[in-house]
Amino acid sequence: MSVLLIAEHDNSKLKPFTLNAITAASEIDGDVHVLVAGANCENVAKEVSSVPLVKKVLWCDSPNYQNYLPENLAPLVTKTAEKYDHIVASANTFGKNFMPRVAAVLDISQVSDIIKVSSPDTFVRPIYAGNAFATVKSNDKKKCVTIRPTSFEPAEKTGGSAKIEKIEAVEVPNISKFIKREETKSERPELGTARVVVSGGRGLESGENFKLITDIADKLNAAVGASRAAVDAGYISNDHQVGQTGKVVVPDLYIAVGISGAIQHLAGMKESKIIVAINKDGEAPIFSVADYGLEADLFKALPEFLAELNKLNTIQK
Amino acid sequence: MKILVAVKRVIDYNVQIRVKEDGSGVHTDNVKMSTNPPDDNAVEESVKLKESGKVKEVIAISIGEDKAQETIRKALAIGADKGIHVKAESYIEPLGIAKILKNIVEKEKPDMVFLGKQAIDDDCNQTGQMLAAMLNWPQATFTSKVNLKDKSVEITREIDEGLETIEVNLPAVVSCDLRLNEPRFASLPNIMKAKKKPMEQINAKDLGLDLTNRIQQIKVEEPPKRKAGIKVANVAELVSKLKNEAKVL
Repeated sequence: MSVLLIAEHDNSKLKPFTLNAITAASEIDGDVHVLVAGANCENVAKEVSSVPLVKKVLWCDSPNYQNYLPENLAPLVTKTAEKYDHIVASANTFGKNFMPRVAAVLDISQVSDIIKVSSPDTFVRPIYAGNAFATVKSNDKKKCVTIRPTSFEPAEKTGGSAKIEKIEAVEVPNISKFIKREETKSERPELGTARVVVSGGRGLESGENFKLITDIADKLNAAVGASRAAVDAGYISNDHQVGQTGKVVVPDLYIAVGISGAIQHLAGMKESKIIVAINKDGEAPIFSVADYGLEADLFKALPEFLAELNKLNTIQK
Repeated sequence: MKILVAVKRVIDYNVQIRVKEDGSGVHTDNVKMSTNPPDDNAVEESVKLKESGKVKEVIAISIGEDKAQETIRKALAIGADKGIHVKAESYIEPLGIAKILKNIVEKEKPDMVFLGKQAIDDDCNQTGQMLAAMLNWPQATFTSKVNLKDKSVEITREIDEGLETIEVNLPAVVSCDLRLNEPRFASLPNIMKAKKKPMEQINAKDLGLDLTNRIQQIKVEEPPKRKAGIKVANVAELVSKLKNEAKVL
């Protein structure tokens, strides 16, 4: 039986995490169908049809789906789901928003945020902010699953030619209204998807000193993170917080500066591929998860680090 | 207006989670428990709305074993007026929790249900959305700002791309993010007063709902440990290792 995946897009282009979700969907079942619901989103339907792992595209066009309000989107997904065994989406703010509505209406217990497909009904998912991994088996006939995008490779984008089938919109309840979206306009990449993250902790001692962090971040084209201690101390705003009560990040390179490594911080970054810790306390727990630890005064080490980086010409943008 | 605010008792966010050797779960005996952090934001916002005069009554609800009452008492000490404890001896999945909440909503008829965006134990992020769908209500998830109007509520939400503003009709479910507010600490006199506030007790199994869990937990294990790294002597060595060994620069 087939998998129905709900594509995330902005009506003109597919959002990249959908490709990671397609990979995960194909591990559940090879017959991956993708629902593209939006307003004037034909280009997205075409884009999805060229993904080789996709076998069929269901395209539903209506102004009601323009801003993917969950009250409007969920009834369409619920109806379309009739013919499928699995309904999947990315476990980001898009998938997390509408999928539980679909599951509730279908009386399904959703499996959230999976990081591995063991079999079509058995999945691995992190619990306690990644401090434990649970292997779970869904006993529901039909399954609603959301996928942690960073745990799966993105699918190839071109070479496929899946059939595009247009489907009818369904009635919407008219109980919610989209007003506006303010996308964070930062020169820097977004914390959740950045290849490199540079984070500062209480060791920075002040908000002004975070400039030492942002200088390095600018040089590495990195996102800026922070520990909860730094946020609580008012050095930086909470949207930079990495940890159990902040964001979970999985970059290729994570640089923790002046961060002791409280459990709650480690939960948000310890899956990073390479971890660097710079801390003057050689006993700080952060060193136990760091691939490279530098025991040093950050106020000396960071300017030196920046100078060394300036000597390199190979920084990837 | 009336708000129902749902709170969950979870392992405190500062506790090091220890996985049981037999793979059946995590250790919870003699472990510090607290209110799920974003649920604290939900309580704070509900009480603030009451203090602003727009809301007349705040009811705090928790589902779980007897000790869940501690979590309700804390909400009462912050400023909720009444507690409802739905007793449940074992873990209930978000689907079942949403069914219980729906049952209580039908009796209490609140204008809004507030709760945290996610519990930090099972990390499901489902209950609010499921409850809203079951009630045919709109929802606002990842809420970082609330502007209550007469028949609707304008909400700013934290989404991956930044911020989104929506307006949902009342009644509605609002799931709260950590940036919504700064939860206050309860003062000692308020903690004492909270002990005298009414607390209704209901047994989950008396509600006549299908609360069977559908997800079988096969095993719980520790995440793969990182292999021990090395200490470098200076910045030059660090940069050289990152460039030549780790190849991340």
